[in-house]
Amino acid sequence: MSEAQVRKDRSQERQKQMIAEHYRRLARCGETGEKNVYTYVPGNLTELMRSFHALPVLPEINALQSGMRGKSRDYIAAAERDGHSEDVCTYVKCDIGMKRSGNVGPTGERLPDPDLLLLSYTGCFTFLKWFELLREEYDCPVVMLHVPYQGDGVITDAMRKYVVDQLREKVIPALEKATGRAYDEDLLRENLARSAKAEDDLVWVLQSARNRPSPIDAYFGGVYYIGPIFSAFRGTEDAVLYYRELREEIEERLRLGKGPVTPDGDMGEERFRVVVEGPPNWTSFREFWKMFSDEGAVVVASTYTKVGGTYDLGFRHDPSRPLETLAEYCMGCYTNLNLPSRVDLLARYVEEYAADGLLVNSVKSCNSFSAGQLLMLREVEKRTGKPAGFIESDLVDPRYFSAANIKNRLESWFQMIEQKRSGGGGR
Amino acid sequence: MTGGGRGHGRGGDGSCGCGPGEGGCGSAAPAAAGEAAAGAGAAGAVVARCTALMQDLRLGSVRAWKERTGGLAVGYMPVYVPREVLHAQGVLPVGIAGGGEMEIIRGDAYYQSYICHIPRSTVELGLDGSLDCLDGMLFPAICDVIRNLSGMWKMLFPGKLVRYMDVPQDFDPSMGGVFWRHEIRSLAEDLAARGARPLEDGALRDSIRAYNANRRRIRDLMELRRREPWKVPTHELYVVLRAGLVLPVEEHTALLDEYREAALADPDRRPLDQARVVVTGSFCEQPPLGLIKTLERAGCYIVDDDFVQVHRWLKGDVREDGDPVENLVRAFLEDSIAHPTRWIDRDRKGEELVARVRESRAEGVLFCAASFCDPALLDQPMIVAAVERAGIPWTGFKFSENTGQFQVIREQAGTFADSIKLWTGAQA
Repeated sequence: MSEAQVRKDRSQERQKQMIAEHYRRLARCGETGEKNVYTYVPGNLTELMRSFHALPVLPEINALQSGMRGKSRDYIAAAERDGHSEDVCTYVKCDIGMKRSGNVGPTGERLPDPDLLLLSYTGCFTFLKWFELLREEYDCPVVMLHVPYQGDGVITDAMRKYVVDQLREKVIPALEKATGRAYDEDLLRENLARSAKAEDDLVWVLQSARNRPSPIDAYFGGVYYIGPIFSAFRGTEDAVLYYRELREEIEERLRLGKGPVTPDGDMGEERFRVVVEGPPNWTSFREFWKMFSDEGAVVVASTYTKVGGTYDLGFRHDPSRPLETLAEYCMGCYTNLNLPSRVDLLARYVEEYAADGLLVNSVKSCNSFSAGQLLMLREVEKRTGKPAGFIESDLVDPRYFSAANIKNRLESWFQMIEQKRSGGGGR
Repeated sequence: MTGGGRGHGRGGDGSCGCGPGEGGCGSAAPAAAGEAAAGAGAAGAVVARCTALMQDLRLGSVRAWKERTGGLAVGYMPVYVPREVLHAQGVLPVGIAGGGEMEIIRGDAYYQSYICHIPRSTVELGLDGSLDCLDGMLFPAICDVIRNLSGMWKMLFPGKLVRYMDVPQDFDPSMGGVFWRHEIRSLAEDLAARGARPLEDGALRDSIRAYNANRRRIRDLMELRRREPWKVPTHELYVVLRAGLVLPVEEHTALLDEYREAALADPDRRPLDQARVVVTGSFCEQPPLGLIKTLERAGCYIVDDDFVQVHRWLKGDVREDGDPVENLVRAFLEDSIAHPTRWIDRDRKGEELVARVRESRAEGVLFCAASFCDPALLDQPMIVAAVERAGIPWTGFKFSENTGQFQVIREQAGTFADSIKLWTGAQA
């Protein structure tokens, strides 16, 4: 086994241990008295929660884990039997179904009931309804943080002040009450400083895909890379160590001229470099990934890996302005950007990562992502001159993953790219 | 018991009775007794005028107003915008409620099949030039689809004023209130930059007065409908309210007076043995007029609803003295309806609907949401739970603004109305 392989195993192993330990602690909350706070990935305030020694629980992560573990079909069916519409977000229904089926988390242990529901209303209207629904399920306090949308593509002073005021006057007092601890700004600053370190390394890893061949897949591989920083570990020493190790591994792959790791091991020839907009499907994740890797297609940039923060646009958590930086973080998450900003980012990715085209994976569940994607696709195609492809699936509802249909569309799109390269296609 | 409702056996020729452009009800049900009478006379003339305004998707009245006044006209999507601000600056606020049953040619190319209908018809109206008389569009924060439509509008119509109206979800005056005040001021500056009059306190107080007068008339009509729904059938009230989306508020207030007077004076409007229901869930994409008529023909008196809610978002009068911007802010924070698009902080979900049912002496609730409407459909399980806790009968269905066949809905609503009547009788 090579040194690189050993290093790779180390970061993966570290992430696995971090997650397992996190869920163990959650399962033992009843005995240990540790507090937990349910919140969302976009706009998560992990550094703040951890400054109160509270453990984050992310319902979207639980839902996607249920999807990957083949549990989501039954959970969604349970929610629909209880009157939830077939038209709405399947993350929500999966979460409600999981709760009503015993609230067993991804490691097989029961998740604790929340001590606080922290509704960081960032970039997704459904979040608001989701926590209204959870409030009906649990007898616990709820605190709402309204994060304004970047309708004009900018963060104004009034927006920042609004979020900071809510953090100071609503969120922090709610955390103090739920945990029985006083707000400790020094500890928050320490956490934020660690976040910035991890963010530096994450950005380096994501931007390594500018190389040819790309040493990473920034979508299918990317979802593993963003795991710690988008979920429960931002601001922890574990996250700093994880991202340092991950960076070293990717540096090694780059030195060796290797492409990304795929479900079947190291990837062979890099035939297509693509940018992907939209979340992945989780119920057939491996099969979906193989549709790309079998064709030699590497995702060099993706927007899904920016839902928990757009660090590659330069944002870093700044310990010198603790509440302001949290406010700016929340407002900068990808789905809080307006559509022209999203188009700008996608066109920039296609150019900067020398991609062959843009693929939109439009998921039924997520109107925050999906509404407007067809116009975005046409705009990016017009600006870059690169062919765009479009497929449809869902997050965790297996009824909406049609493998044959998606594969056909992908193959046609790859053919279009090849025709374009050879001067054909008339685009 | 078969479905079909209390409209059965009332004679007629079996035709649906829907007028042109209303969509066929697909029901073979006769018009409910009283409907024909309600449509005749002076009230019928007002309703016909309002129906024409509603169906004029090219906004002829707005074009005429612009020619006459030289003012700006700015569109807004459901549910709420502070129209008083536009009015005070000499701008005509124009409510856009989708394209109804219009044929969609280009709008469908912008949306996946799992997204509701109103954005695709709105895009269609934009692309076919129907909205070219509008100098801008406002997109209130109600869901991700309408939110993203604001960005699409920026890309599709780059010369127009486009604003996402991020209404606060924090209702504390020192936080959400400060933010909303800033949004209002910023909107006013954007309008002024486009040639509207600068926002002045005196003008804004006058506008608040004008809209208070309008809201009072609407509240009175709602009360009259609750008391005597046969005098104010909802298929009429609905189009009268829709006319308020395109008319200057003063004209609409006069029209409301005219309608009320005519409806009260009409001796042919007599009560029927119908079930009293609240229809809820249709606050953004609006149901076809044919669907509203179908519910009434199926044996329902609609005694409260969520249609055209911009007129009713603020429950009472806005204060007319003092700082007018602050008064609008306070009205939004403290006196707006509990709504699926709003964070409900204190009260339990559904309590307000239960109260509305009680106040209107309704016997049941019809959940009538647009397909793929996130706010309504995500809300529904919680509201259903509240309604069930209160022991109120309910049924539910979905629609699209261009739904053309109502047979299934008619049977469902008719069965529901029948069962309410039977159940009520059994309890007596």
